[in-house]
Amino acid sequence: MRYAMAVDTKKCVGCSDCVVACQTENKVPIGYCRDWVVEVMDGTYPQLEIEIRSERCNHCENSPCVRCCPTGASHYADGGVVLVTPDECIGCGACIASCPYDARYPHPDGYVDKCTFCLDNRVKKGLDPACVSVCPTKCMYFGDLDDPNSPVSKVLKKRKFKTLIPEAGTQPQLYFLI
Amino acid sequence: MKTNRRQFIKIGALGTGGIALAATTHNWSFAADLVKKYVAGDTAGQRTATYCEVCFWQCAGWVYKDEDGEIQKIIGNEDDPHCNGRFCPRGTGGIGQYHDEDRLKTPLLRTKENGKDVFKAVDWDEALDFIAAKMKGIAEKHGPECIALFTHGSGGAHFGHLLKAFGSQSITAPSFAQCRGPREVGFLTTFGDIIYSPERTDIRDSKCLVLIGSHIGENMHNGQIQEMSDAIDKGATIITVDPRFSTAASKSKFWLPIKPSTDMALLLAWMNVLIENGWYDKDYVERYTYGFEELKAHVQPFTPEWAYGITTIDPNVIRKTAKEMFDASPAVIIHPGRHVTWYGDDTQRLRAVAILNALLGSWGRRGGFYNPEKANVPDFPVPEFPTPKRTPTEAYEGKYNLANEVVSNGICDATIPTPDKNCSFKMWMVNGTNLMAALPNQKQTIDAINALELLVVVDTMPVEITGYADVVLPECTYLERYDMLRKSPHREPNIAVRVPAAQPKYNSKPADWIAKKLAEKLGLDAFFPWKDMEELLDWQLKEIGSSLDEMKRIGVKKFPRTYDDLYFAPGEDVSFNTTTGKIELYSTDMEAEGFDPLPVYTPHEEPAEGFYRLIYGRAPMHTFSRTANNPNLTDLMDENTLWVNPKVAKLWGLEAGQEVKLKNQDGIISTFAIKVRITERIRWDSVYMVHGFGHNNKKLSRAHGRGINDTELITNVKVDPVMGGTGMRSNFVTFITDIYSTENEKKS
Ligand code: SF4
Ligand code: SF4
Ligand code: SF4
Repeated sequence: MRYAMAVDTKKCVGCSDCVVACQTENKVPIGYCRDWVVEVMDGTYPQLEIEIRSERCNHCENSPCVRCCPTGASHYADGGVVLVTPDECIGCGACIASCPYDARYPHPDGYVDKCTFCLDNRVKKGLDPACVSVCPTKCMYFGDLDDPNSPVSKVLKKRKFKTLIPEAGTQPQLYFLI
Repeated sequence: MKTNRRQFIKIGALGTGGIALAATTHNWSFAADLVKKYVAGDTAGQRTATYCEVCFWQCAGWVYKDEDGEIQKIIGNEDDPHCNGRFCPRGTGGIGQYHDEDRLKTPLLRTKENGKDVFKAVDWDEALDFIAAKMKGIAEKHGPECIALFTHGSGGAHFGHLLKAFGSQSITAPSFAQCRGPREVGFLTTFGDIIYSPERTDIRDSKCLVLIGSHIGENMHNGQIQEMSDAIDKGATIITVDPRFSTAASKSKFWLPIKPSTDMALLLAWMNVLIENGWYDKDYVERYTYGFEELKAHVQPFTPEWAYGITTIDPNVIRKTAKEMFDASPAVIIHPGRHVTWYGDDTQRLRAVAILNALLGSWGRRGGFYNPEKANVPDFPVPEFPTPKRTPTEAYEGKYNLANEVVSNGICDATIPTPDKNCSFKMWMVNGTNLMAALPNQKQTIDAINALELLVVVDTMPVEITGYADVVLPECTYLERYDMLRKSPHREPNIAVRVPAAQPKYNSKPADWIAKKLAEKLGLDAFFPWKDMEELLDWQLKEIGSSLDEMKRIGVKKFPRTYDDLYFAPGEDVSFNTTTGKIELYSTDMEAEGFDPLPVYTPHEEPAEGFYRLIYGRAPMHTFSRTANNPNLTDLMDENTLWVNPKVAKLWGLEAGQEVKLKNQDGIISTFAIKVRITERIRWDSVYMVHGFGHNNKKLSRAHGRGINDTELITNVKVDPVMGGTGMRSNFVTFITDIYSTENEKKS
């Protein structure tokens, strides 16, 4: 089993609903976020292009954050999802420094937090992650890459895609449809 | 000089007498019990049906609580055609309205202390007794029709009912004359029917969607953005006309970066191309329309080359886009937009939009405009309302005869007595709309308020209009109350219910309770014969084969269509609700009222040197004043920025993030400064900002002083003679880079 997510940059409008839904679902304190929106613009008026991406932890297959964690709080869970166990985290911040995607933040309660793909609270109950299920443009696809019929497998077969900073060698599992 | 009777009071300026009272919440057993009954036993995991109040789209959803019984999240109702299980960011962040600690907490009464106006915290009885006594006095002296209600949102039903029972029909919403009015009138005079809300646009099946200044994706009108995304998936062509590279423009096959204020020329050129090339639905036009020959002759001179000189849009692009529309027809939508009060000839521009749709045969066709239907829910029986001596339209007699709703600025203007007209509006009740940001020309609004004997503001937040009130009534948020059933027209008739998920916080009350209580004090009990909202809703629901219990379980219920099909059948005989019974390309209504029966292009004011056209719009995470202080949503965006083209920035030496103030053509200077965002996404002759920021009430702790309120710079208002709409896009601003110079302090 290999959980992954794809975000369609052709449909995402950058509304940030995915951000609020994550905050309310996962009780992320106001002022922090586990996912965020990036808008990249190119060109000069009137020859312009924008790419909009909803970003989060890439649940890398080769995660520097897991490797560098001194306590083992950062670990791989079911389906390759990278999680932090708050009780084991000493808040040293090594993982924050090691992540090329800036996906982690120090939670005010003293541990490091980030996207969990809503693994325990939703995915294991058969629900999509909160961001995927709220998105008004339905531009996000989630599922098991080992299952050819999962929404994410199907859309990656059909569409062109890219990952972020592939040269970092982290093998990210967050795909952007282009 | 006239002295202001009414000093603006910041809600914080409580008189000393009030402070003690403010701390004790006066509990009304009536409402509290009513809510408790339902909320009791509501534990984590259970959900409460509601519909969203963060914007007019009214998406139905479920409120969930956490283990501590605190409201945690709101999720869309899967069965709801307005949202299909997905809320927009504002709706998802709607819990912030409930949690906001800056909410209005207790009724406030204007009083004098040491010669200064202050608010005194009072209990509900005192506040409502005061209002009732004033209302009776005004009715006796001037007549009950001298009381007007300005409203936006669900409270309007309750307070509107109260006003009608009292004898006034002067009920108005800025959503007409400050927003979508021109499109309703433009379509009404053409097709004999309006667009409605949610819009009847069949975007999900459209093959070509044309957006004219409409920024779907930044306006998160939920069903539209969802369907636009579906249409993108199915390969639909999107054509966006906008001087700004909007999000929608970035998703479009064609972006037409039009020179602002020249849209009419483009629309006429498109008609010219369609007709000259025979690219229109001949059978449809022949069968259903009136005045084609006149239209044909009328648009003959308006070639793409003619339009080029005006719009700066390449003639080939005009032809190509016209062909795209024709190829997709009838599954094509020239979108009527929503906020369309721009230049004062807006009804005519929307007529042009309507005519294009008629030529392409999209009205009543799949992928064009469908025929919506509304669930038929009977009203709870009440005695007949008294007939007012004066209808609201007498306030602007002889004007705006084609307006199909009450014109808010017409009421506002008529409140100021003139020698030849004294409509003597003596009291306004304002509910759910911050008139200081909604109505342009703030000075006029303040003058009108100063002519009143009583201003009552009912709101959840201390927005600016509360500072001008004599009485402020804190209503609770939508998450803490029942409201009337939602029954907006849609593809399938449907209803949605709103049930309180929590008890009203502080000393706030539901709008229905406030209206009923006030009615009792006015001796109007007979018009409010229900015990409470549960009884009212249950009665209505049982009449249509449901019940409150069922609706609490399902939230949304759909009904079969009864009177018409979603689309016209091929060759169907259709009669339209116009004078000729046809789709009027040539408008007999317009002609009868002395307006151009066919739309014409009128050049509009242009910026003087060193000035830029002020364009404003929406951000996906906000609904104007309503969300400006919402903790969840300000977390995403807590100020607006000024979009400036790099060329302009260079000319002025502006740097990204630099703060500037703005001065408009009338010398009005913004109260606050705004950060510059240098971006290629805006034309060099315009600047852009998101509306709804720059609040000057300190009690809005997250919104105060963040960005600029565009409304204060909108003083050049172009009133649409057809329906009274207030055109707001003929305002021009220049930069003040030395923001601390005293010379530039706002003159008040
Ligand atoms: S909710 Fe969807 S459309 Fe909105 S920003 Fe997130 S991914 Fe993009
Ligand atoms: S994105 Fe960052 S936090 Fe997430 S798995 Fe990769 S390295 Fe770790
Ligand atoms: S569109 Fe958004 S704000 Fe408007 S009613 Fe729906 S969820 Fe609420």
